[in-house]
Amino acid sequence: MGEFFEMGGYAAFVWPAYGLSAGVLVLIAWLSIKDLKQTQSTFDKLSGEQEKSKNESIS
Amino acid sequence: MADLHRFANPTRFLKLAAIIQPWALAVFLLSGSIGLYMAFFTAPADYQQGESARIMYVHVPAAWMSMFCYTVMAVASAVSLIWKHPLADVSARASAPIGAAFTFLALATGSLWGKPMWGTWWVWDARLTSVLVLLFLYIGYMALQGAFDDRVRAAKASAILALVGFVNVPIIKFSVDWWNTLHQPASVIKMGGSSIHPSMLWPLLIMAIAFKAYYVWVLLVRMRAELVANKVRILRLKQVHGG
Repeated sequence: MGEFFEMGGYAAFVWPAYGLSAGVLVLIAWLSIKDLKQTQSTFDKLSGEQEKSKNESIS
Repeated sequence: MADLHRFANPTRFLKLAAIIQPWALAVFLLSGSIGLYMAFFTAPADYQQGESARIMYVHVPAAWMSMFCYTVMAVASAVSLIWKHPLADVSARASAPIGAAFTFLALATGSLWGKPMWGTWWVWDARLTSVLVLLFLYIGYMALQGAFDDRVRAAKASAILALVGFVNVPIIKFSVDWWNTLHQPASVIKMGGSSIHPSMLWPLLIMAIAFKAYYVWVLLVRMRAELVANKVRILRLKQVHGG
């Protein structure tokens, strides 16, 4: 197992390459999902407020 | 153009996106797992480069995606400029950060591969420099999209930048043939068939599928967010103008 992680002496290059790739892909996906959720909740709040003010003006 | 404009209807697009999105995520996770397993356990070490050659399985797909995302962005920009298709600008905007991330990864993993193989993290040769220019084009595109309050003007200016910058994509592709570079020439996609052994080609192609599925998945998430943001902007305008 130790031999596998040593990567024939290239561990210092192979593992950072894979670690960085995984990190960046997870980061971009996480930021994108977070942005979608935040924007959606802003929209829900705003449209809720406008519905309310519309109803108030009718009554 | 009637056919094209059918998809401009966000409801139709959102329905389609809801179907594709979970599949794209599933394909990404599945092919990513298979690709990683093959990259580390079935693919042999290179006879010259040893285990360091395993960096190829993230480096090459990332580099392909860096050009693919830009091509999508340029085509979407052209559609946005010529036909004013509402989803075109949305998809170009959504592509840019993903493409920038893949370009950064291509450069960083290439650097990590170059250090042990070439003895240097970086050289100013044609391939590396043109990919660095690509990263700057992505960053410039995103900066330009954010620089205007008026979305129509932002879309127009950044679409022109994306189209002008597209000249860099063939330069990247052929840089290894046109100039003497330290970077090795193409070995997978070339005339007369691939010169890479199937035991290395398969993990490479499967990782490429994984990256492409990741792109589709994140692109749809980002496009949905852009469409909701557009609705928020309209609601805010209504509020300001007294509904």
